[in-house]
Amino acid sequence: MMRGCSSSRTKLTQNQDRTVCMTNCPTLIVTVGLPARGKTYISKKLTRYLNWIDVPTREFNVGQYRREFVKIYKSFEFFRPDNEEGLSIRRQCASAALNDVRQYLTEEGGQVAVFDATNTTRERRETIIQFAEQNGFKVFFVESVCEDPDVIQENIVQVKLESPDYTNCNTEEAVKDFMMRIQCYENSYETLDEVLDRDLSYIKIMDVGQRFLVNRVLDHIQSRIVYYLMNIHITPRSIYLCRHGESELNVKGRIGGDSGLTPRGKEFAKKLTQFIQKQDISDLKVWTSQMKRTIQTAEALGVPYEQWKVLNEIDAGVCEEMMYEEIQESYSLEFALRDQDKYRYRYPKGESYEDLVQRLEPVIMELERQENVLVICHQAVMRCLLAYFLDKTAVELPYLKCPLHTVLKLTPVAYGCKVESICLNVEAVNTHRERPENVDVSRMSEEALLTVPAHQ
Amino acid sequence: MIVMVGLPARGKTYISKKLTRYLNWIGVTTKVFNVGQYRRDATQVYNSYEFFRPDNMEAMKIRKACALTALKDVCDYFTRERGQVAVFDATNTTPDRREVIRNFAKENGYKVFFVESLCDDPEIIAENIKQVKLSSPDYIDCDKDEAVDDFLKRIECYKLTYVPLDDDNDRHLSYIKIINVGSRYLVNRIQDHIQSRIVYYLMNIHVTPRSIYLCRHGESELNLVGRIGGDSGLSTRGAKYASALGSYMRGQSIRDLKVWTSHMKRTIQTAEALGVQYEQWKALNEIDAGVCEEMSYEEIQENYPEEFALRDQDKYRYRYPKGESYEDLVQRLEPVIMELERQENVLVICHQAVMRCLLAYFLDKSAGELPYLKCPLHTVLKLTPVAYGCKVESVFLNIEAVNTHRDKPVNVDVDRDTAEALGTVPDHI
Repeated sequence: MMRGCSSSRTKLTQNQDRTVCMTNCPTLIVTVGLPARGKTYISKKLTRYLNWIDVPTREFNVGQYRREFVKIYKSFEFFRPDNEEGLSIRRQCASAALNDVRQYLTEEGGQVAVFDATNTTRERRETIIQFAEQNGFKVFFVESVCEDPDVIQENIVQVKLESPDYTNCNTEEAVKDFMMRIQCYENSYETLDEVLDRDLSYIKIMDVGQRFLVNRVLDHIQSRIVYYLMNIHITPRSIYLCRHGESELNVKGRIGGDSGLTPRGKEFAKKLTQFIQKQDISDLKVWTSQMKRTIQTAEALGVPYEQWKVLNEIDAGVCEEMMYEEIQESYSLEFALRDQDKYRYRYPKGESYEDLVQRLEPVIMELERQENVLVICHQAVMRCLLAYFLDKTAVELPYLKCPLHTVLKLTPVAYGCKVESICLNVEAVNTHRERPENVDVSRMSEEALLTVPAHQ
Repeated sequence: MIVMVGLPARGKTYISKKLTRYLNWIGVTTKVFNVGQYRRDATQVYNSYEFFRPDNMEAMKIRKACALTALKDVCDYFTRERGQVAVFDATNTTPDRREVIRNFAKENGYKVFFVESLCDDPEIIAENIKQVKLSSPDYIDCDKDEAVDDFLKRIECYKLTYVPLDDDNDRHLSYIKIINVGSRYLVNRIQDHIQSRIVYYLMNIHVTPRSIYLCRHGESELNLVGRIGGDSGLSTRGAKYASALGSYMRGQSIRDLKVWTSHMKRTIQTAEALGVQYEQWKALNEIDAGVCEEMSYEEIQENYPEEFALRDQDKYRYRYPKGESYEDLVQRLEPVIMELERQENVLVICHQAVMRCLLAYFLDKSAGELPYLKCPLHTVLKLTPVAYGCKVESVFLNIEAVNTHRDKPVNVDVDRDTAEALGTVPDHI
């Protein structure tokens, strides 16, 4: 919770500047559902999203605890409701996981924990609710209900066959065993009930997002979680991320500004058009920022495109249009502070990466809703978007490599994202500046400028 | 088309008006079509609930005709007035009536999204009747008890034929069911971005009584010298205001007041004087005047006379070079509005342009009016939702400050002379 700050807001204490405080007390998200209903998919995706918007979140997959305990998976028999030994082990695993949840939320600074297990009986859920009450955590249930055999089948193919449980099985055996496993849960499955569970906070997702039942959303973070869950889908699609073609200021080694494309930049735009046409994508949406260089790049494609102001490059404030050498000369202190904490550092009268993430959140939300999209943006912006899709930390984010004239094709697969990097073979300057070794404010010019890429 | 569904006194008109206000504010042209209003225009005088009896053939004819007239106006709104969203506010409690609407929409190529409000809590319904029905034109000449009695009978007339949206029969429709004023929602088949935003909005609003206090920072050093933007601290009078604000807010005796500021010195210094916890929002920062930051209007006229004129021509959409427009501001303030809807008692200490945008949302002001709303320094606006709108109390805390409000000059041509451009600039040092 952010306290009233004193007026000594130096750059170093900027990390206290937050927007809305999401949570007063930690939140425990509890998944509910039969196997192969997408609980882990949702857990991982939600965790990735929350961490990206700066809400420290971690998932706790009870199946993982079971695998570590039992070491070798034999068959579905382990999950039979009359298997006393199995039940005992499973209860212990759930307890161990809850213990780790408690530690994460109370001692490690976590704000949200996602407890990923079937939790299909009211009894199990009651245990968790009591645990949460004892520890002062809010509970929010996320139930996934699905009866479509095609969806379940696809689910098993995508993630279960790869599971460590089935390493030594052939496909048919694995599928058969897994179906039996699901059956073990079916008899005792008590779905969240409109009447019996009316005092709980939950969202019930039905048929992969066709329908939702939302009950008693208590606070801001639950409201954001619900909004997010209602916008994601699993329809196969690809997201293409790239920067504008090389710009006049790029070539001069200057940051920011609003310059046009160089001849090589225009060449890239042409190659991009050819690449996109070859990809033969149905119904591709194209998004740009409102800066000349992305718009000029999109124009070459000859298709309708949408301009988003929030896709504009990071505002470098007083350093706009300067070269790194000039920044070192005029603002050596700022330059060092930036190297010390590139994610949170805010240019005077400008923005930080942290600010960028906040303004890009609606873009991410709309990307989740959409299907095939090409986003033509800028270096810092692309780093933020990429960090979301590839689950990169705040530390890694500002140093992600996003070279000019290279398209990244992201395709969701299993629990993550496949990345294909396609260089369109048009020369361009390098604009990537690595973190130098010496980030002290007392460092020499040479040490500061060591990692500046070559330019005119 | 958003189509409301529900018995009388379930908040349909409240939701319709609020949703319309929100959509217009974020730039989606929206209009409400209230069939009850058409009925009042057609029948002129309301006699009693008997009009609504399901066996009243003559009345049924009139009511159906009103619905069809309203639908025709929806059509005109979309085609001639370029509206993007129409909210069809009526009970629409039977599958037949909903079928008529769906066919109409299909013929015309409109998407349909149903919003059903279900409520069986007698206290909520009673409060509803008290707040909006008693003051309705229908009950102008009735005494309170008579009106309540008649209205309850009216509701009974609808109950006989009410068929709520059904999980099975209506599974192909797009809708949200709001149950008991938001404790539960059922959402089915969201088709697109705007429906997703509508659902998010509806899930964040509430009817718990509360007040929102809007004010600017105390007078700043730059305010005194007639300069815009920047990040200066409070003047002596500004600091006095901060103190007075503290006293005023304590006098309001609000439990659990949230205080929000921007990231700029002048709002933070103002909040500091309150001695309570506050939250800083970058999104509440003043409009970025780009190349004109920290200039006086006189200097802007001298250095950028054309820009100055263009701004006067369309103050809402005009974007300062390397800066922002009011239109940009609204977009960045949307999460603030969403969180204000979720919250209860909040004091927002912000800036002139920002406050104009927030006020325009609460008071349903158009893009034309928004940039000229009066938000003087040292004045708190207390907004309290009531009936279908917002009550505003303007409280001047009695500490003198410069006027920073520049009205639209008469001549906005780029070839106007300096005197005409600077005619409405307020006094300063």
